[in-house]
Amino acid sequence: MSVKAVVEVKEGDVVTALREFLRRLLEAQVVDALLVPVELPSGDAVVQTLIKDPDRLANANPLAPVMMVNSAKLVSSLTRRGNREKVGVVLKSCEMRALIELVKLQQATLENLVTLGIDCLGSYEATQYAQLGSELDDGAGPSIEQLRAATEGQVVPLDGYEFRVACQICEHPTATNVDINIGLIGVDTETAIILEMEEEIGQEVVEKLGLQEGDAPGREEAVGQLVSGREKARDEAFARFHETVKDASTLLAQFSTCIACHNCAQACPICYCKECIFETDTFRHPSDRYLLWADRKGAARMPSDTLLFQLTRMNHMVSSCVGCGMCESACPSDLPLTLMFRAVGEKVQELFGYLPGGSLEEELPVATFKEDEFPEYK
Amino acid sequence: MDDFEPRIVAFLCNWCAYTGADLAGTSRLQYPPNVRSIRVMCTGGVDPIYVIKALLEGADGVLIGGCHPGDCHYQSGNLKARRRMAILRSILEQLGLDPDRVWLRWISAAEGKLFADTISEMVQALKDKGPNPMGEAWAI
Repeated sequence: MSVKAVVEVKEGDVVTALREFLRRLLEAQVVDALLVPVELPSGDAVVQTLIKDPDRLANANPLAPVMMVNSAKLVSSLTRRGNREKVGVVLKSCEMRALIELVKLQQATLENLVTLGIDCLGSYEATQYAQLGSELDDGAGPSIEQLRAATEGQVVPLDGYEFRVACQICEHPTATNVDINIGLIGVDTETAIILEMEEEIGQEVVEKLGLQEGDAPGREEAVGQLVSGREKARDEAFARFHETVKDASTLLAQFSTCIACHNCAQACPICYCKECIFETDTFRHPSDRYLLWADRKGAARMPSDTLLFQLTRMNHMVSSCVGCGMCESACPSDLPLTLMFRAVGEKVQELFGYLPGGSLEEELPVATFKEDEFPEYK
Repeated sequence: MDDFEPRIVAFLCNWCAYTGADLAGTSRLQYPPNVRSIRVMCTGGVDPIYVIKALLEGADGVLIGGCHPGDCHYQSGNLKARRRMAILRSILEQLGLDPDRVWLRWISAAEGKLFADTISEMVQALKDKGPNPMGEAWAI
């Protein structure tokens, strides 16, 4: 990130400062449209919204601690067939990493796209976010105290509440590979937000918006502190998982409440197949096949193929899993999918030294091979 | 467990391992009858779903037999299969299932003896392990 600039925050109001910054991006025609989280009039949800009229930014809130969908999927919709206009998209780290994977899977392009990463201050489940909005006078936050904590490199939920599991063990609070990153962690957000930008777009933004160049000296250290805390939480969670899941019966216990609704695949940014095999006639079995299965083992669970679905999905996408946890958020049965996919994913990704969403250049593990690898297969 | 006869589902590539199995037969080589062969055009076409399905249905072992690296009829299908099987075996291991019930072996069309020996070796290894616990698990 070669250009760093300061967006001034007045009276400690970070959200208003962000809205103003985004409005100026549109008005100065740095971008022709913006995809940004906007608070719905109902007040209980924040959804990504494609904005062309700057006035529509009045309720934009990129800081809202909720993620109803992984926006990489939305960017795929916007760009898959090419986009004529320059679109700016505001993404959290996990969304940007998923987008990188989708680009490599040829489901999205970065052409004519300005990616704006924003430091993630954690997200609640959508239902909890809705509840917080109605219960607390100041809404779901982030509160002044939370923003101050972020300045010190601590990202904490409101008292008595918890972030989504994915956020609790996320070691990527800041976005990488973005054109512009909106920095909040390790930044004194009562007075300023720090923009970190790629050279070309950075020059353009500084010039058109008349920004001052500047930096937050404590940022690197604060981010480092947050990351190491999260890594510790992550490793402890992984160890817990491996202690729990040891054999066939403990594995089955993990999935015992699965109802084969396939919501996890719908919500997953990496699961992009237009027609998932589990939704095809292959899995609309003839009636007597169920009886055959029941006969073979004496009984057969219905709906069938729950574990087959989970294991197959894992085989297909876990090498690219960015750990956004949308699978678990979408699950009506509260299966512990985030931890499972992250813990297993870590080992699978390690086989190829692959970091999902880490770079555009690194090839997808399942799309390539080396002639000289895995010599244990003879 | 002496009378336990493991069931092996074998996905064999048309050009190498399947022809190798054929050669074992025409050469009158003896090997245990515990294997159910499924001919596939290339190991690169063996989606992990087939292997998982076999294991969850209670197959005691799954063998994927393909061409030696460099010999694939379609240039590199076997090398892609190798990555997929490495992923599958890693996942099985992380989830507490036995990865050694899944074997990937390179057997050329000329290696009838190797095919027969591989089956004998695999049957013995699976006998030592005992039946696949998934064979009894109805709640999957």
